[in-house]
Amino acid sequence: MHFAIEVDQLSKRYQVAEAAACYGTFRDVLVSAFTAPVRRLHSAIKGRPPGEGRKTQDFWALKDVSFDVRQGEVLGIIGRNGSGKSTLLKILSRITAPTSGGARVVGRVGSLLEVGTGFHYELSGRDNIYLNGAMLGMRRAEIESRFDEIVEFSQIGGFLDTPVKYYSSGMFMRLAFSVAAHLESEILLVDEVLAVGDFDFQKKCIEKMRDLTRTGRTVLFVSHSMGSVETLCDRALVLSHGKLEAIGAVKDVIDFYLPKEVQTAEATDTPTAASVSWNDPFSAPSNDYVSLHSVELSSTDGVPTTQFELDQPIIIRIAYNNLKLGESYRVRIRLRDQQGNYVLSCGNEYASAGKSDPWTYQPHPLGVFESTCHIPGDLLNDQTYAVSVEIVPISRPSDAGLLCNDVLSFTVTDPAIAERSEPIFLGPIRPRLAWHTKRAG
Amino acid sequence: MSGLSVQADTIGSSASLVCNIGPHQRWSLPDVGLVWRHRELLSVLTWRDIKIRYKQTVLGIVWAILQPTSTMIVFSIFFGRLANINSDGIPYPIFAFAALIPWMFFSNSLTSASNSLLGNSSLITKVYFPRLVIPIASVLSNLVDFALSFVALLGLMLCYGMTPSWSVFLLVIPTLLALVTALGAGFWLSALNLQFRDVRFALPFCLQIWMFLSPIAYSSSLVEGRWRILYGLNPMTGVIECFRWALCNTEANTPPLMIGVSAVMSLIMLVTGAIYFQRMEQNFADLV
Repeated sequence: MHFAIEVDQLSKRYQVAEAAACYGTFRDVLVSAFTAPVRRLHSAIKGRPPGEGRKTQDFWALKDVSFDVRQGEVLGIIGRNGSGKSTLLKILSRITAPTSGGARVVGRVGSLLEVGTGFHYELSGRDNIYLNGAMLGMRRAEIESRFDEIVEFSQIGGFLDTPVKYYSSGMFMRLAFSVAAHLESEILLVDEVLAVGDFDFQKKCIEKMRDLTRTGRTVLFVSHSMGSVETLCDRALVLSHGKLEAIGAVKDVIDFYLPKEVQTAEATDTPTAASVSWNDPFSAPSNDYVSLHSVELSSTDGVPTTQFELDQPIIIRIAYNNLKLGESYRVRIRLRDQQGNYVLSCGNEYASAGKSDPWTYQPHPLGVFESTCHIPGDLLNDQTYAVSVEIVPISRPSDAGLLCNDVLSFTVTDPAIAERSEPIFLGPIRPRLAWHTKRAG
Repeated sequence: MSGLSVQADTIGSSASLVCNIGPHQRWSLPDVGLVWRHRELLSVLTWRDIKIRYKQTVLGIVWAILQPTSTMIVFSIFFGRLANINSDGIPYPIFAFAALIPWMFFSNSLTSASNSLLGNSSLITKVYFPRLVIPIASVLSNLVDFALSFVALLGLMLCYGMTPSWSVFLLVIPTLLALVTALGAGFWLSALNLQFRDVRFALPFCLQIWMFLSPIAYSSSLVEGRWRILYGLNPMTGVIECFRWALCNTEANTPPLMIGVSAVMSLIMLVTGAIYFQRMEQNFADLV
């Protein structure tokens, strides 16, 4: 038995800095601002990454994952967002190192974690084929011998010598995928590459992928789409919170995984779902710029739920597909109460002070992005709120926004409600305010 | 299975295909062979950097000549004419230009190399290749500017009626030394810049100070004898003095020891830079 990949107790830890301590006074803020460089220098000299002096939390993206992949096998990797799928591929393609454990990979590895890696907008399509090919690990002779094939598959024909920045997003996608699809490696690591582009293009890509998997190479395929995992893969594994939950024949694993998915949505007290996702690009809310992938409500520990206590923060995760190369977006949420009155609307360009969203006003490459909104505890009152999601491309804010009304709803509950006889908190919000009473007479 | 047989032919023995992934974080020399196997990527990246550098500029490649020329003119007026600085027996404009060419190559290389990893963050998080390729490519791409301004210098020398002697072939040595110094410092700064973005702010004025610590506007013969060895600790001292001597046969009696110290410093920079880079490499994807 020849194993192409042997993964042994692979673990990867990230250190996440906890939210900075609350500053009481203006003086504290000033003092902290001036002592920060000293503290950082201190940790730098000690050889620790900056910020480690602050409180950090360990987060295990992968924990003790072991499995083997036979030569020529096509293995699907499924799991929720943040379950460690991408981290696994990144370690196997040597982009990042594991914290402990190891893996043995036999054969030349090609990884497609993104379509169009290293494309340069100023360069022509022809130049980009060579550039991208070299980055994916193709030799010049290889690219030359398959050049015509790549151009033909991409259907960009006459635009071969036009700078890529003038391409439509469809043309760009086709060219980028064509280069990637002609990568000749014994082991192919593929992450969600098919989740972009229009429906026809996806179909073409899946067909190409099916051809690729028939040539006897080993493929690891990460996807949200059960359909493509089932058609492409022999075996599949499920990751959950960084741990290997199941591995086996693709049919069994999907049967195991799907009911669990439904359960997590139904295990809560109310029948309303904590998440909604669109795997079929036809039914997903979309326009020329962006299509919505999924929206999820959860508590701070990542457990999907629609029930929150008064003091619990509410996490809203919005995953969307950027279809327009180089566009940037405002991602916003709107909350309405049961009477339909707006309670608030807020976007990522208006984030908390000092915590600006790194992708605001940044040109997005094509692919899936996930924006997370954190609504602090002790802000909303104990009632039910409906969540609407709006994604507005910054270059054309007036008419091209994608608005999905009332995609999910959640309820805030007051655990102490039984002790009171009457509702004494009026209105849609219920923040805790600073109060001080003194004797004035 | 045809794909497999093709691979075996192009890559060679199957032993080289086995890759062990693990959390080793030890100090060691980088795998030069690995970088060599990625030489095609290196040439593609270098070619990309050259091709896009002057895109969307009006003057384009003229910038490569304009930068050292304008500095040379300013130096000639203030240091050559007004301050009347000793130029080792050759016309001051040639004296300054011959030093500015290796210096500009060094300082431009350093600036682009220090930003190279950050600028290529999308590559670092999405594909694997030895990361050393990135700063090397950004340094190599500056050789084009170097060559162009060198042609301009030759033109200027002809205007002054100077013809280079046989020693012009020795220019290879200071050019290689400049390359080595730029690579070494580039490895250090590109890796440091990922972890400490302070580098971006510190580098411009460090380079300015460094320029006046190097024998560009003046000759190293201005430095007193006993300080010369100390002066040689600046690796650019050796590079510039060698360059100027090989091109113009200056009369400066540069002590070989000073040049030697400089050359050793260049090599130390390269080796330590490569080691530091290799040590940090595995964290790059998590830092950008």
